[in-house]
Amino acid sequence: MNEQDARRAIDAVWRIESARLIAALARMTGDVGIAEDLAQDALVAALEQWPRSGVPDNPGAWLMATAKNRAIDRSRRREMAVRKEEQLGREVELQAQLSERDLAAAADDEIEDDLLSLIFTACHPVLATEARVALTLRLVGSLTTAEIARAFLAKESTVAQRIVRAKRSLAEARVPIEVPGAAEREQRLASVLEVIYAIFNEGYAASGGDDWIRTDLCEEAMRLGRILVGLMPREPEALGLVALMELQASRFPARTGPGGEAIPLPEQDRSRWDFVLIGRGLKALERAEALGRPLGPYALQAAIAACHARARTPEQTDWERIVALYDALDAITGSPVVRLNRAVAVGLAFGPADGLRLLDGLADEPALAGYHLLPAARGELLERLGRNQEAAAEFARAAALSDNAREREVLQARAGNLR
Amino acid sequence: MRVMAIVKGSEESEAGKMPSEEMLTQMGNFNEELVKAGVMLAGEGLLPSSKGARVRFGGDGERTVVDGPFTETKELVAGYWLLQVGSFEEAVEWMKRCPNPHDEEGEIEIRQVAEAEDFGEEYTPEVREQEERLRAQTEQNQ
Repeated sequence: MNEQDARRAIDAVWRIESARLIAALARMTGDVGIAEDLAQDALVAALEQWPRSGVPDNPGAWLMATAKNRAIDRSRRREMAVRKEEQLGREVELQAQLSERDLAAAADDEIEDDLLSLIFTACHPVLATEARVALTLRLVGSLTTAEIARAFLAKESTVAQRIVRAKRSLAEARVPIEVPGAAEREQRLASVLEVIYAIFNEGYAASGGDDWIRTDLCEEAMRLGRILVGLMPREPEALGLVALMELQASRFPARTGPGGEAIPLPEQDRSRWDFVLIGRGLKALERAEALGRPLGPYALQAAIAACHARARTPEQTDWERIVALYDALDAITGSPVVRLNRAVAVGLAFGPADGLRLLDGLADEPALAGYHLLPAARGELLERLGRNQEAAAEFARAAALSDNAREREVLQARAGNLR
Repeated sequence: MRVMAIVKGSEESEAGKMPSEEMLTQMGNFNEELVKAGVMLAGEGLLPSSKGARVRFGGDGERTVVDGPFTETKELVAGYWLLQVGSFEEAVEWMKRCPNPHDEEGEIEIRQVAEAEDFGEEYTPEVREQEERLRAQTEQNQ
């Protein structure tokens, strides 16, 4: 096996094994930082040995055994240095645990518990969202610091710092590496879902960088979501988030035109939607609904996306159902943006006059002041009512508020056409 | 990237012999592992080619339907997985962990799925426009 092939094979093994490896080591050592260091040691050993010896038959067990040996070495070295001071307690305990436990022999549910604990720890609310995002991609997604930096258009040193600080914060706050109990569960799960969706949105939003990097981030978020659902199959919001991501991602191939311009949903070529992802999204949503608990914000958004996914043409969209789903979403979030979207849906379900009346009610909403989609939506409805002059004025207003050049052009053109 | 892992046929799969309970369990475990790792998008096993057919295209545009079974057993497709992976090597590594689908020698072929950009310059705005015209027509016809 030549050097390059070996490197690629090792990278592949690493992507499959590293999260479980770090998770088990984190349980044993009680510290994600130490766990990651040990896992890295094992990776370095693999990089040294596998090009010569070939990839072992059970690479996961090999990496685990190597990491454990490093842990014992370290603990012995520390032991010698501290000379049986009281600091020794934890190290000795660690050594005992390490000799007892063997990952290969560990039951599947234990591995799953470890992985879930690692995810909850990396997404702990004691950390800022961007720290949680970086740490999760590093520890669970097995991305390198350089890859994370590239994806987020940040400097590698900045991301490295962020990860170091995050690990230190977890240690200082003595965050236990465990799956939170029932009392905390909902709030902690929300924190995990927020991290996964933030990763997805970073990829989804055209904020810069090369296309493939953005798609990669979305795929990574979807992978994390699917892993989470595998670990927590009875959480409707986890399923809801997966459904939402699959359904949104199903539109990627139709979302941009040949020149890279964004194509709005009603104008998208639906034959270009990804039907594998639509099928998966609808299935995940079905599973969330089948749990029989009230749907949360992710599942509701997924249900709205599903209405679009099921419609073979824009005219077939079930707008009345979308209105009802926005009602439910509004009741949970109370978000003015949700009410704006609801008004648009009402305009399509029951007629432009009804939609317009709802939009009028949002005119003084401070959160929507300066939000270009409010006048854009008004323009849309006014145009459908034949009030072209007023519609043109709204489109012009929307154009002035938009910070996206391409969108501005489209809005100005619409205003121009109506005059 | 997406990768398709294709299980090739065997004497047994072509004879319509269903896998043993042990094999089904092993394969089930493997599938579960793929799902839990977040890499499996889809996967299915196929019935023997005796229940299949081929549409054969002549050079002159003529079409002939040929019913199965087909003889080249080891070249036939007996099943597939559609995987979403970070690299081609990752798909290879996963398939190395797959239980042998048959009780005899066999193969799993691993192929990368083409994406729009792979069509390169052939996929011009004109081709795209043509696709769109066709689609519009199809919708009108409904």
